Amino acid sequence: MYRLKNVTKRYDAKGRTVTALNDVTLEIPDGQLVAIQGPTGGGKSTLLQMLGALDRPTSGTVELGDASLGTLADSRLTGIRGTEIGFVFQGFNLIPTLTALENVETALVPLGVSADERRDRAARALESVGLGDRGDHRPAELSGGQQQRVAIARALVKEPNVLLADEPTGNLDEDTRDEIMDLLEGLWRDRGLTLVIVTHDSAVARRAQRRLHIKAGKVKELA
Amino acid sequence: MFGTYLRRELLGRRRQTIIIAIGMALAIALVIIVNSVATGVRDAQAQVLRSVYGVGTDITITRPVTPPSGTDQGGQGARGPRFDFGAGAGDASGDGSRTVHSSRLTVGFGTQTMAATSLTTVQKVHGVEAASAVLSLTNTTFDGTLPSFGSRQQGGAGATPAPSGGSDAKGGSSFDVDSFTVMGMTPGGRAVGPLSATTLAKGRTLAASDEGKHVAVLDSSYAKSKSIGVGDTLSIGGTDFTVVGTVSPTGSDSATASNVYIPLDVAQKLSSQTGKVSTIYVQAESASAVDSLKASLQKALPKATVATQADLAANVSGSLGSAGQLVSNLGTWLSVIVLAAAFLIAILFTISGVTRRTREFGTLKAIGWSNRRVVGQVAGESVLQGLVGGIAGIAIGLIGVLVVNVVSPTLTGGLSSGRGVAGSMAEGARRTFGGGTGQTGRFGGAFGGASSGARSAAATQVDLSAPVTAWVIALAVALAVLGGLLAGAIGGWRASRLRPAEALRSVQ
Ligand SMILES: Nc1ncnc2c1ncn2[C@@H]1O[C@H](COP(=O)(O)OP(=O)(O)OP(=O)(O)O)[C@@H](O)[C@H]1O
Ligand SMILES: [Mg+2]
Repeated sequence: MYRLKNVTKRYDAKGRTVTALNDVTLEIPDGQLVAIQGPTGGGKSTLLQMLGALDRPTSGTVELGDASLGTLADSRLTGIRGTEIGFVFQGFNLIPTLTALENVETALVPLGVSADERRDRAARALESVGLGDRGDHRPAELSGGQQQRVAIARALVKEPNVLLADEPTGNLDEDTRDEIMDLLEGLWRDRGLTLVIVTHDSAVARRAQRRLHIKAGKVKELA
Repeated sequence: MFGTYLRRELLGRRRQTIIIAIGMALAIALVIIVNSVATGVRDAQAQVLRSVYGVGTDITITRPVTPPSGTDQGGQGARGPRFDFGAGAGDASGDGSRTVHSSRLTVGFGTQTMAATSLTTVQKVHGVEAASAVLSLTNTTFDGTLPSFGSRQQGGAGATPAPSGGSDAKGGSSFDVDSFTVMGMTPGGRAVGPLSATTLAKGRTLAASDEGKHVAVLDSSYAKSKSIGVGDTLSIGGTDFTVVGTVSPTGSDSATASNVYIPLDVAQKLSSQTGKVSTIYVQAESASAVDSLKASLQKALPKATVATQADLAANVSGSLGSAGQLVSNLGTWLSVIVLAAAFLIAILFTISGVTRRTREFGTLKAIGWSNRRVVGQVAGESVLQGLVGGIAGIAIGLIGVLVVNVVSPTLTGGLSSGRGVAGSMAEGARRTFGGGTGQTGRFGGAFGGASSGARSAAATQVDLSAPVTAWVIALAVALAVLGGLLAGAIGGWRASRLRPAEALRSVQ
């Protein structure tokens, strides 16, 4: 359960201040599938950073369960990111020198599980996204859709409560986009995740339970 | 994961790894080679000093040479022997030319004597373990035929008839000048001084009972070159000496400090230097007190030159001296510069690597990697790159050292003049001939086998070997790790400052 109260985020860059989020108050119950839309520069990624404990608000509070993400120490935030939150990025963000399996394994490193268990769980996660036979491939040897599947496996291997995806289909063609959305939706349904997807794509947004629109830092609910 | 990630990164970004490793390898190899050669040169210098000054000599005392006055030209007086042949000297032969023979035992050039009582003064100085005194001399033998100058001496300002007679019957003359170095030393006293670095090759050494006797010990290589054996006689300063033994330098195949060693009192008498010595060898009670002992000795003998082994090492001349200079100056600077360049390359490449991998590290942080883990990964990569370079560098360095040892260049080392022993003797011999150059031209004469004896005493030949010590290897590894750590620390610091939000933002 996310609780955002009067969240404002300002960036100071090159002498001028940009208000990326402007007094946002918002609740996201556990297990909800939320789509966030809006024009470019509206503040979508900034909101996702607040939800993902990647950055702190300038003012206001962000709570995930009992944890206040705005005031916790960096090391606690690192811990929360490592255990409770999974990320899927627009650019996949796989580590180019590691194999698909090893990329998935990196998400288990903060949990301190044994090497054997790590490999097992990573292999199962890859299988669950349909890439069980491509574990030893480097990202460069995989298609865009396959890379995003690896990234999803990496986000889900630690069995988080929350999955945050920033334009997960932005780099993919329509068929692959639908394929990835099917996958995310399926996982969301199976695991009871809280799934927040930032997207430009109305086709993607239509599949969500709830749609938010952000423009100039202001959040609006869409029916 | 740490190991897997490390391996994948180093192999996956091979170009960067290779460049950093090559830079480090070259620097490390250079450090090893320079270090080993420097050690080798130091050993060689010590060997030269040992052969000249003996083992255990900490300090030598000599009298500084006063520069000759302007009127004293032609290699006379203190600068070398002078041969004066009167009109009737030598044995007249049928054609009017005369055969002359003269042998002089004089103080070597560049050598100034001091009173033998200085030795007693030295022995009384606190901190002196042992001391001995020697008198360095040069024996010069002149054998030759002089043409007849009869008509020239009689003729006035008119036409001068050509001189007749001589070796070529046209007034030419033939000289054979031979010189060798003679050292007068206290018989029986071998503890400190030049003979302490020698091993008896044949016969016996000088014993205390030899005092006042005409007996000599020869440098074995000089004896060999002159075909003189034990039991033979040798003319020194016109007096016949019996050769009782030969000595060779310990641990080297070169020459000892002098060609010939004779009892000190005999040397003093024959060279008319009664009560004089030229060098005092001092052994300090403790090696750590050498510098303070030097000061005390200087105070006791204010007019003398007091030199420690370290002072003398700076005076080693010849190719050995040049090698020493080259290694200590160029070699050290080159190592420092190449090392700095290698470190800089490693640091710059690591920083650019971290910058390039902003998104990668941001992603890792975003999925829960702690700062410490990310920094450790960056530092680990750098240290490993440094180590790979270091190991390659050790291999290259060892090959380089092996090449030096296989080639084993022979270095010649002597001591610059002014210290009064070997080096100055060769100088003395040369000056002596210089004094006669004018006459050479006029007589068209031939000088025979000049200064071979003096030369062999002046220079010591040492084969350079470059030893590799465990210390050098440890130093090399430490430097490689240090370079890696430095680059890793700087790169890691950059990585630690990356915010996890960069994972969303930074576009490749
Ligand atoms: N680190 C930053 N420094 C300065 N300004 C920033 C920073 N991050 C975001 N901004 C600014 O905040 C505003 C919101 O940015 P944000 O990335 O959240 O937009 P977005 O809705 O995700 O846009 P897009 O659809 O293009 O990804 C923009 O005006 C942006 O320039
Ligand atoms: Mg965005």
